[in-house]
Amino acid sequence: MRIRVQPEPFDYGAEAGAFAHGAQGAGAVVSFAGIVRDRPGGGLMRLEIEHYPGMTEKALAAMADTARDRWNLTDAMILHRHGAMAPGEAIMMVATAAPHRADAFAAAEFLMDYLKSCAPFWKKEITAEGADWVAATEADEDALSRW
Amino acid sequence: MKLTILYFAWLRERIGQPRETLETGATTVADLVEELRAREERYALAFSDLRAVRVALDQELADFDAPLDGVREVAFFPPMTGG
Repeated sequence: MRIRVQPEPFDYGAEAGAFAHGAQGAGAVVSFAGIVRDRPGGGLMRLEIEHYPGMTEKALAAMADTARDRWNLTDAMILHRHGAMAPGEAIMMVATAAPHRADAFAAAEFLMDYLKSCAPFWKKEITAEGADWVAATEADEDALSRW
Repeated sequence: MKLTILYFAWLRERIGQPRETLETGATTVADLVEELRAREERYALAFSDLRAVRVALDQELADFDAPLDGVREVAFFPPMTGG
């Protein structure tokens, strides 16, 4: 299990490639990246992500442990940025490795759903008009009920 | 009991500081929120709708009726928006 929380940009292709290369004993690797999405019509200058140092790392490790308990995984990775980032930059990624694809896909979706609502990150959108905290959606919290 | 209280995102902005220490006799999170609300208008505003507030005790998510016995760090924040 690998957990990384960092302000620096990362190269999703290189990270996913290294994860797949190191996935000994796996027959399937699934990876997902979240990208800073511009507003409809443009105008997003940057996204700022605040987090709770200490709790963040614990929450991510707990999610990865739960995923490993529930599915047959050989490895999992969560990388999440904080600080300022521009539209088009990668915010975060998850990757899972398993003997078979069903476990890798399910665990990756589980990690994504939990990251949305249970990891202490808060997004703020900065535009020329000002700054707005991104509101959590009920759909995000509802998504947890399927697990 | 001495508590460190942390605020994040718009709660931090409304209250105007990221952390403080507080000597309190509050026995539950709800009691603590009532004590904070009564202090100043900025706290009353920040805690006006608890449906929009989440709490963590010593870095674990908790409920508002959770006891504060043995707790050292309380964090208040809006629903999380990771991913």
